[in-house]
Amino acid sequence: MPSQHAQNRLAAYSTPLILSAVLLAFVLLVVVLDDKALARTAAEALVRVTLVVGLWIFVGNSGVISFGHAGYMAIGAYCSAWLTLKPQSKALFLPDLPPWLMDAQWPVFPAAIASGLLAALVALLSGAAILRLSGIAASIATFAFLAIVNTVYSNWEGVTGATSSVVGLARYVDHWVALAWATAAIVAANLYANSASGLALRATREDEVAARASGIDMYRHRLWSLVISAFFTGISGALLGHSIGVLNPDSFYLGITFISLAMLVVGGIGSLSGAVTGVLLLSLLIELLVRAERGITVGGAEFALPSGSQEILIGVAMIVVLILRPAGLTGGREFKLRLSVPRIPLSQEPTSTN
Amino acid sequence: MTNLAQLFFDAASLGGLYAMAALGIALIFGVMNLVNFAHGEYIAFCVFALIVPSTDAVAVMLLGRAPALLLVPLVLSLGAAIAIASEYAVFRHLRRADPVAMMISSFALGFVIRNALLAIYGGRPKAISLWPELNTPVAIVGADVPLLQLIVILTTLLVVAGLAGLLKKTRLGLEMRAAAENFTMARLLGVKANVVITGAFALSGALAAAVALIMATQTGVADVRMGGQIMLVAFIATVIGGLGSLPGAVAAGFLIGAASVLLQAFLPLDARPFRDAFLYSLVIVCLLVRPQGLFVPASAKPRV
Repeated sequence: MPSQHAQNRLAAYSTPLILSAVLLAFVLLVVVLDDKALARTAAEALVRVTLVVGLWIFVGNSGVISFGHAGYMAIGAYCSAWLTLKPQSKALFLPDLPPWLMDAQWPVFPAAIASGLLAALVALLSGAAILRLSGIAASIATFAFLAIVNTVYSNWEGVTGATSSVVGLARYVDHWVALAWATAAIVAANLYANSASGLALRATREDEVAARASGIDMYRHRLWSLVISAFFTGISGALLGHSIGVLNPDSFYLGITFISLAMLVVGGIGSLSGAVTGVLLLSLLIELLVRAERGITVGGAEFALPSGSQEILIGVAMIVVLILRPAGLTGGREFKLRLSVPRIPLSQEPTSTN
Repeated sequence: MTNLAQLFFDAASLGGLYAMAALGIALIFGVMNLVNFAHGEYIAFCVFALIVPSTDAVAVMLLGRAPALLLVPLVLSLGAAIAIASEYAVFRHLRRADPVAMMISSFALGFVIRNALLAIYGGRPKAISLWPELNTPVAIVGADVPLLQLIVILTTLLVVAGLAGLLKKTRLGLEMRAAAENFTMARLLGVKANVVITGAFALSGALAAAVALIMATQTGVADVRMGGQIMLVAFIATVIGGLGSLPGAVAAGFLIGAASVLLQAFLPLDARPFRDAFLYSLVIVCLLVRPQGLFVPASAKPRV
């Protein structure tokens, strides 16, 4: 028998395998059903998986609620728009862009990476200040950050188009592209959570004082996780832009902040599996309710929920989950495989699952 | 050239509004460590209670037609009622949950109220006229000050004084202060948790209603989103003031109001649309300098 510790380590690495298998099954189901509307919904759900997993990398590991991630999303989304839009339409809608950005017409993949990197850079700078705080003060500071980003992007007429939307983004994000990014985010999140920095950060989440007494530099690990988290959040913003085709600063404000935190909390803030579960379940619920609002026929009788009831019911569902299971549906546990694995000497680190 | 007296009245009345909203949040945080995000929606709810439910663009007054003597107590008790109802329906079941779960559920409750209002009244802002004569300016020390601004400043002072009296002189106030200091200990000494918490919610809801009346008179619109902005500022004010500290919440409310008016007056014209960005940057700086807030309540010191 390998040691308990080695077994635990291996089992921890099985989580992303299970989660991406679930997502793959979800996409295959959509492909088999061959429904245009469903495929679009699936792509949007997978973009949200990228977003919420990105959010989890920081919030789940550090225990600090961030209201600012929609800001990183906006930064990523607009960066990708600046890099990929045709120079002619940029000259028309965004006349104040610097010349090198005006002429840029990057392929979509490098543009997505650049969006993530820009968001990560902003996270490094903003986090360097904000993360000196802790607890609720830090949460408020992230809220202030979100308000700053929103104010700047809604008023910087010549660069972001202000409140008039930026249109004409290439809508290349289908369910396969979204699946690829969601999987990448899940793998990265799992690797980070099981790295030395991730474990140290989770120790600070459980007990700040004890962790500090054990010599953990909380500030450094929080900053590091915020930067990784903002990278994937920025990419999810770019993906969202390229899946809807239209950008508006207000689509990256309180609405998306609420829904992403809701998904995270309903699924269970303490685990990566919880983040993914929350997105899938709430996306499913939203889709069902939207269809019910349009009207469904059951046994010859036509039912339709009054419009607006979708949002209300989502809110109610969240409250009910929080009352019944305050730690979320997964209760902070991960989906893991318990494999009987060949003996591994204690000194040697397992690098991947069998 | 803007005159100083004018600036002072603008700052004091805006600050007063923020201070009242911040007090509403700080009261609840004090007794149950709940950051109540639904507070902004209480405000919106009270504004919409003034008009007849319909999705038409023109608002017909419902409660708003009542004479002021009747209207003010009615709206205040309506605000208290929705706050108490939300405590019964939601927060009572979450007392043992951690602050994060409570905060998120208040976010969800706000979302529910906002969308219920949207479904009933429609998304377009509506023009309402509540006491329009209050916006006529009166001349005081060389400044044209709308009567309403004076009323706001006076009301804030009255509310703060009244609340201070309530907290210092009455039994409920004593119990609330004890609960804010150490809730478990207070309960062991015979303070009834339900009474204190319901009391805090009722006061907080009434404060939200007061803010709603002032905003409705001042802006002349009923908009579902009108609670969001002020909730954000009030929320920031409670943290800058020191979470759980009532004098801190009032002071920080006035401070943010003053900073906002001064930025509006003295920023260069090009930078003015970005005023809020400057304001929130100041907030972050302020938090960095004093992470525990301006007034640190005794209960905020971590015990190890």
